[in-house]
Amino acid sequence: MTPPPLVVIAATLVVLLGLATMLTWVERRLLGLWQDRYGPNRVGPGGLFQAVADGIKILFKQDWIPPFADRPVFVLAPAIGMMTVLLAFGVIPVTALWSIAGDLNVGLLFVFATMGLGVYSVVLAGWASNSKYALLGGMRAAAQMISYEVFMGLSTLGVVMTTGSFSLRDIVQAQAGLWFVIPQCLGFVVFLMAGIAETHRLPFDLPEGENELGAGFHTEYSGMKFGMFFLSEYAGIVLVSALVTTLYLGGWQGPVLPPALWFAAKTGALVCLFILLRAALPRPRYDQLMALGWKILLPLSLLNIVATGAVLLLRAPG
Amino acid sequence: MTANLPFLLSALVAVWATFMVVTRAVAIHALLYLVVALLALACVFDVLGAPFAAILEVIVYAGAIMVLFVFVVMMLNLGRPDSLRENTWIAPRIWIGPGLLAALLLAALADALVMAAPGGGRIAVIDTRQVGLALYGPYVLMVELASFLLLAGLVSAFRIGRHIRDEDAP
Amino acid sequence: MFGILRTLWLTFLHMGHRRVTVGYPETRPALPPRYRGRIILSRDPDGLERCVACNLCAVACPVDCISLQKAEQDGRWYPEYFRINFSRCIFCGFCEEACPTYAIQLTPDFEMSEYVRPNLVYEKEDLLISGTGKYPDYSFYRVSGVEIPGKDKGEAEREQPPVDVRSLLP
Repeated sequence: MTPPPLVVIAATLVVLLGLATMLTWVERRLLGLWQDRYGPNRVGPGGLFQAVADGIKILFKQDWIPPFADRPVFVLAPAIGMMTVLLAFGVIPVTALWSIAGDLNVGLLFVFATMGLGVYSVVLAGWASNSKYALLGGMRAAAQMISYEVFMGLSTLGVVMTTGSFSLRDIVQAQAGLWFVIPQCLGFVVFLMAGIAETHRLPFDLPEGENELGAGFHTEYSGMKFGMFFLSEYAGIVLVSALVTTLYLGGWQGPVLPPALWFAAKTGALVCLFILLRAALPRPRYDQLMALGWKILLPLSLLNIVATGAVLLLRAPG
Repeated sequence: MTANLPFLLSALVAVWATFMVVTRAVAIHALLYLVVALLALACVFDVLGAPFAAILEVIVYAGAIMVLFVFVVMMLNLGRPDSLRENTWIAPRIWIGPGLLAALLLAALADALVMAAPGGGRIAVIDTRQVGLALYGPYVLMVELASFLLLAGLVSAFRIGRHIRDEDAP
Repeated sequence: MFGILRTLWLTFLHMGHRRVTVGYPETRPALPPRYRGRIILSRDPDGLERCVACNLCAVACPVDCISLQKAEQDGRWYPEYFRINFSRCIFCGFCEEACPTYAIQLTPDFEMSEYVRPNLVYEKEDLLISGTGKYPDYSFYRVSGVEIPGKDKGEAEREQPPVDVRSLLP
């Protein structure tokens, strides 16, 4: 028996947004842990309700649209960001039998498509704000995200070639014996880095670049519009972690524990890795970021494709 | 007719968005409508049984090429004086040529619509494997030609993007 | 590459380190006696006010938060009022250094938040304490000597004449 679609949609929305909200607290506590301090620990047990308090605060803030901004696009931009991230979750297989929107035979491409549309949120926010820093942030975001989308797509092709399908469920099922992180370790590393760049998280958060651009593309945003950017960024972290889990870490597969728990555990560990990266690494210069992408990651992912193809051909019968 | 509700809806959205693209004065708004039109086209593809083509439409056109368009328009910083200047360019005299050509195209399209067999064909879903086999089977020459074109583009982009120092200049 | 991994690992190891944060309201930080906190006016060992209303503290104050008015009683100077605006004070301690009589002193107390800004203006009654502060045995007039009718400073037995501050001679 499957629940009606509207219920599924509402539940997804609540669960994912709640997750993203709680993630702000998890991140701050973990950053505190790794930097020898506490982080928020006042509201509720261990500061657990800090996220709720922040949510209430941000909801009641003045929702201000600058007079020089392009109103419709300014309002549209955060909505696009939120929407694309939530859409992409639809095809992630949580267990063998269950994903939010069922299995799509072009599931992986669907995720890439929605992520590609997510660029608009940042770019349009930068443009519609009609201010220097926001524009600079938006332009950085456009170049960065389009570039890293290329490597992201190319790095997963090894997985797709081995599986012979774009369906995420087939990809997970193909990892029953060996997780793809071992034969596709090159693709795994490239995908992880591209994923960080795609969610514009530290160390690749140049579109925001607090110390040089104010806050980058969301400089002019306040209130819940800013909150939506914030939440979509955290939902993006969960999305990329879930994708890495699906593509390289065997998805729901694992001994003893129920599949959904395995999926959640792997995704959670990757989210923690994201936060560790933020705690540990400084931000590169913009030209370094681009050089890393086009001069290192692109050749690596092409090499990965060629090697995977060669191995597949050698193994192929006949 | 094979047309069903999703098809009609997305087709309507595509037509309406395309109309808005032509009539918008602000370049970014026009581009956004163009993105919507492309997404609607992707929906049409999907309904007609070509999910791979639909997704590629979104990834390549809506997700990459239109972002570059937006990027360029962002950098141009068009303002009110530009749109005023453009208004002077749009004289009826200039419209005659393109109008005639478009009318010719429309006639051809109408002719094709009238002559074509009225629907009824069953929708067969074309999956990725079939697309790949078609590309590297009967259409391999086209793929190679397209790769030539892309290589030429790549080389010229590399040439343009290189820093030319004074002593290198001819 | 190796450096990045090492950084990650070292940061990860910090999980086991002790946190340096002092959870303030529950655990009070141990403040040294010379901490620069709330300003007080002290008395000399005889229980008289040390302040001689010389205005040096007000002159030294970089944010001009000290204001006082001289009053005279039997040839001895007192502040008629002594006012410190703690909403301006930056706790630099210059007033303490400038004070020739050790009257004005900074104490290790910083918990002086207020909801109403005017409450941060401390009057002489708020500032004056009954003790000697950091210098229990110091009495300014015992060191400098006192002028009484018929005897100037430094003219008593076992008393040196005061230094002429306007001369460079040794």
